[in-house]
Amino acid sequence: MTPNRANTALQSVDHRGTARTTFHPHAGRDAAVISMPSHGVRTAKVSLRDICLSYATNNRGRLVALEKINLEVRSGEFLCIVGPSGCGKSTLLHLIAGLHGPTSGEIRIDGAPIEGPSTSRILIFQELGLFPWLTVAQNVEFGMHMKGVSRVERREKSREYLRLVHLYQFRDSYVHQLSGGMRQRVALARALATEPDVLLMDEPFAALDAQTRDLLHDELERIWSETGRTIIFVTHNVREAVRLGDRVVLMTFRPGQVKQEYEFDLSRPRRLEDVEVAGAAREILDDLREEINKSLEAEYGHE
Amino acid sequence: MNKALKSFVFYVALIAVWAIVARMKIWPPYIFPTPWGVGESLWAGFTDHSFWIAIAISMKRMLLGYGMSVVLGIFLGMVLAGNKFLEQTLGGLLVSLQSLPSICWLPIAVLWFGLTEKAILFVVVMGSLLSVTISMETGRKQLPRIYAMAGRNLGARGIRLFLHVTLPASLPYIVTGLKQGWAFAWRSLISGEMIFVSLGLGQQLMMGRDLNDMNLVIAVMILIIGLGYLVDGLIFKTIEKQLQIRWGLATAS
Repeated sequence: MTPNRANTALQSVDHRGTARTTFHPHAGRDAAVISMPSHGVRTAKVSLRDICLSYATNNRGRLVALEKINLEVRSGEFLCIVGPSGCGKSTLLHLIAGLHGPTSGEIRIDGAPIEGPSTSRILIFQELGLFPWLTVAQNVEFGMHMKGVSRVERREKSREYLRLVHLYQFRDSYVHQLSGGMRQRVALARALATEPDVLLMDEPFAALDAQTRDLLHDELERIWSETGRTIIFVTHNVREAVRLGDRVVLMTFRPGQVKQEYEFDLSRPRRLEDVEVAGAAREILDDLREEINKSLEAEYGHE
Repeated sequence: MNKALKSFVFYVALIAVWAIVARMKIWPPYIFPTPWGVGESLWAGFTDHSFWIAIAISMKRMLLGYGMSVVLGIFLGMVLAGNKFLEQTLGGLLVSLQSLPSICWLPIAVLWFGLTEKAILFVVVMGSLLSVTISMETGRKQLPRIYAMAGRNLGARGIRLFLHVTLPASLPYIVTGLKQGWAFAWRSLISGEMIFVSLGLGQQLMMGRDLNDMNLVIAVMILIIGLGYLVDGLIFKTIEKQLQIRWGLATAS
């Protein structure tokens, strides 16, 4: 493998659009210039406008979790969101899933404002939330069952998606009988089976060992390219974000804001060990470190 | 020695001691019955169908009354768990009402419903409703929020969310309460039937007293214990075990 792939390009865009930096300008080909998240882009699958979220704390005042988030996600894009813990990145996914409403601002899918949860936007929770009283197949069929899909069709679809994640032979097992990586794949199959346009993933691989995670990265990339879904993937692991994403959004520590966006043109399939992945990750990590320090200060600074 | 053998030997010894004491004829048989007398009574009761009828009637009342209190208790528990004000007011009242023996509801039941089947059902419902309600309330509060969120995320709403997510998710938490509710309902029913003469096992027991028939009294008591054990030991234990295996809380053995 050549250490410097010709088509490597990493660009960084200050979110407010005032400055544009190119970190890796050595790309031979004209690296596709990122279109700024300008309002009203026709191809935007998900668009967040001035999303703010604050809530009352139990002692004094209000905590601003998210402040003026503006973000557009293209159809079929794999977008990764990174940030220090406490930046509200999980909360942002909950908002897009429609499980809570923002304090102000608007979330649009294909130009239409969202109203509550919908099976066209499925969130895979960090703790998965698989149902332990159902078998693997019943978990995968759950969304279709709620939609009123017939039993025969449900069975057929669950077979299809369980095959996709290589778990068909475990269809009659219960969740507790599976390993962490297998549970993760059940959650993925359950989410895909409702055939969502947008898949929201909240640090899904954080609790897995490195080998399993590598495997699931490959599988997720394959499934993404096979199904063409739009994916918004939250992680605290910058390398993972670069490994998977077309674009990476860096969020600031409380209040959560979009600090920087990075767009790549790294060829796929990628590997976590690729030099390009490591290089791009390093740039993001430098920016992230600043935010991590802020979060550490907030946590330990008062002692 | 395994457990089954141990208890077999124990019961044989118990009956043997009983037979010996009865043989000594210290007390007359209407005060201290003999094992064979009780055996005859049991046999007679089943052959003349009076026990079968009593069991059928008592069980029908149990199923009706207990069923009502399960449905009502689950609903009440959900309401209480979801409403801070009700939880602090009505919830407190329910806990204090639990100290009231359920047979104390009988006078009200008779005044409201007369000497009818409804009065008996009322006592049974009042006997078990509180424990079902309280266990549902605590179960609902202990329930991890993730299940409801995942359910909503996958398109479950309202009553479907309750039936397909909240209820099955809280089952391991409330099964103890359901079992306790059954035991309370059983006690309430028998005491109700004893006071309130209208067939059933409790009435059979009182008939034994009225006829000075100690054999019948003991025979019916054995029946009541046996039935209670059967439901508790076989049905509820199996359900609990199955739940634990399915949820991975215990391994199948």
